[in-house]
Amino acid sequence: MVETSASGTARTAGTGAGEPFGGSRAGEALRAYRLIAGMWIRSSMTYRTSFVITVLGNLLVTGLDFVAILLMFSQVDSLGGWSLPEVAFLYGLSATAFGLADLTFGSMDVLGGRMRDGSFDILLVRPAPVLAQVAADHFALRRLGRITQGVLVLVWALLTVDVDWTAAKVLLVPMMLVSGGVIFCALFVAGAAFQFLAQDAAEVQNAFTYGGTTLLQYPPTVFGKDFVRGVTFLLPLAFVNWVPAAYVLERPYPLDLPHWAAFLSPLVAAVCCALAGLAWRAGLRSYRSTGS
Amino acid sequence: MADTNTDPSTQAGADTDAFIELDGVEKVFDVRKKTGFLKRERRQVRAVDSISFTVPRGEMVGYIGPNGAGKSTTIKMLTGILTPSGGRLRVAGIDPSRERTRLAHRIGVVFGQRTTLWWDLPLLDSYKLMHRMYRIPDARYRENLDRLVELLDLSALLDVPVRQLSLGQRMRGDIAAALLHDPEVLYLDEPTIGLDVISKARVREFLRELNAERGTTVLLTTHDLQDIEQLCSRVMVIDHGRLMYDGPLAGLHEVGDSERVLVVDLERELPPIEVPPARVVKVEGPRQWLAFPAAESAAVLVARVAAEYPLVDLSVREPDIETVIAKMYAEQAERAIS
Repeated sequence: MVETSASGTARTAGTGAGEPFGGSRAGEALRAYRLIAGMWIRSSMTYRTSFVITVLGNLLVTGLDFVAILLMFSQVDSLGGWSLPEVAFLYGLSATAFGLADLTFGSMDVLGGRMRDGSFDILLVRPAPVLAQVAADHFALRRLGRITQGVLVLVWALLTVDVDWTAAKVLLVPMMLVSGGVIFCALFVAGAAFQFLAQDAAEVQNAFTYGGTTLLQYPPTVFGKDFVRGVTFLLPLAFVNWVPAAYVLERPYPLDLPHWAAFLSPLVAAVCCALAGLAWRAGLRSYRSTGS
Repeated sequence: MADTNTDPSTQAGADTDAFIELDGVEKVFDVRKKTGFLKRERRQVRAVDSISFTVPRGEMVGYIGPNGAGKSTTIKMLTGILTPSGGRLRVAGIDPSRERTRLAHRIGVVFGQRTTLWWDLPLLDSYKLMHRMYRIPDARYRENLDRLVELLDLSALLDVPVRQLSLGQRMRGDIAAALLHDPEVLYLDEPTIGLDVISKARVREFLRELNAERGTTVLLTTHDLQDIEQLCSRVMVIDHGRLMYDGPLAGLHEVGDSERVLVVDLERELPPIEVPPARVVKVEGPRQWLAFPAAESAAVLVARVAAEYPLVDLSVREPDIETVIAKMYAEQAERAIS
């Protein structure tokens, strides 16, 4: 008993004496992220040719996704009742949002490997938030390829799609990109948290993140209803683009959701972040109490 | 320093200069073993079982024991990587697992088999990252870097990508990286593993100087008993999570009830020498091996042998700690059985 109270006092005294290095936690995290991402960029630049080839390769491979859709449309006029520019709109939104998340948090699947080989411990003895260090781990600019490709398709879709643009619809486009990116980031973090429990779970995580983005490149009407329900409520991926895009394109909502659901994406993203944050903390705590 | 003194949790009776304090620290792991397709058996493993010790500022301590004894688990608790299951633990007055990042500024860690250096980048780039990540003031960073580069002989290596360094060079690089922010304590987990003799000597030499000049507290785990012999005034032996010995290196011999060996070369082949309490353990032509208690004087024994036998040459072999420790384990096991 005495011990607990004593250590409590010590702790308050300790924090009172001052975090000698000021700045908020978020600021610290961003700073650590920038420092480590910078090191990885410099590392990848030491192999310049390889870097250029992987950027081009990334652009090409992700571009093939869209080519698959183009091929489909060479045979049919619409997909689940959606025209080519409409599907391109979905595709561009999903690919760009995912690309943003993939660039910033996409390397979190190396966490399992770091835990297995013990190098995760090195991150834990550095004076920086662990999540920021893990997110920046293996930061790769080649992932810009995916974003570039998504943006190109999105721009083409915006130019050709048949929409009566209103202020709300215009506003929804950047909102979808940001919220969508954040939702995917949260999925990456949650997936990483899961790796604390099952250290080879990276593939499970990839099924949800990479699998998710491929899914969202097609209209919801081509999938079974129960499947769409699962995606919407279990993993709130539908809020990345399906629901808000249905508003923009004046299409019936998947699952007959109410009209205002289109504007829920930021809220859904915030909830996802909170849940992912909790999962991460729980995961990290379990690592620090069980070890490897 | 002020931190430790004002810390109200420092016990009145305890050494006020204690820098590292462990009091009944435990670490219990839940191990799940697959016993069937989905069935799993849960078992608790005590990796560290109620360990208590204190290390004053500026001491160099060796922490040894066989694989799986709980050495690394202890180091991981001291650095805040793992949270203890029980007991009380303080480093510089800080509870490591609660204030991991705050502690990180005051400790340096070198894991012998993992590196904190950036594989594809020149060595200097890793140091620049430390400079910024630890927010080391510019002047101090430059001063520390210059000193470490000189002492660890790194000047020719600063522009070399880490992947091109030899194991010994990389280890020196890692040690420098762990010391740029002037840590008060340095933990070394197997710092000489896999190094050649010259690299080992260099690392040891450096650690000695660091301890003498800066008063840095050093805690090192090792398999190499020479590390301990040459560096540490104090040894802790751990096995099965328990502290089996804590004291000066010399005392380990007494505890282990060890023997020294006198090797004598006689002029010709003779029957086994008889000079109690020494006993002959081996005869090979004119050469004989005599074991005698480590506490006995070798000089007396040598004089007696020289007086009674035609002695040509001799040498005395000190017991190696490995044997001593093995003996200690054996005794412990015997006691446990009876």
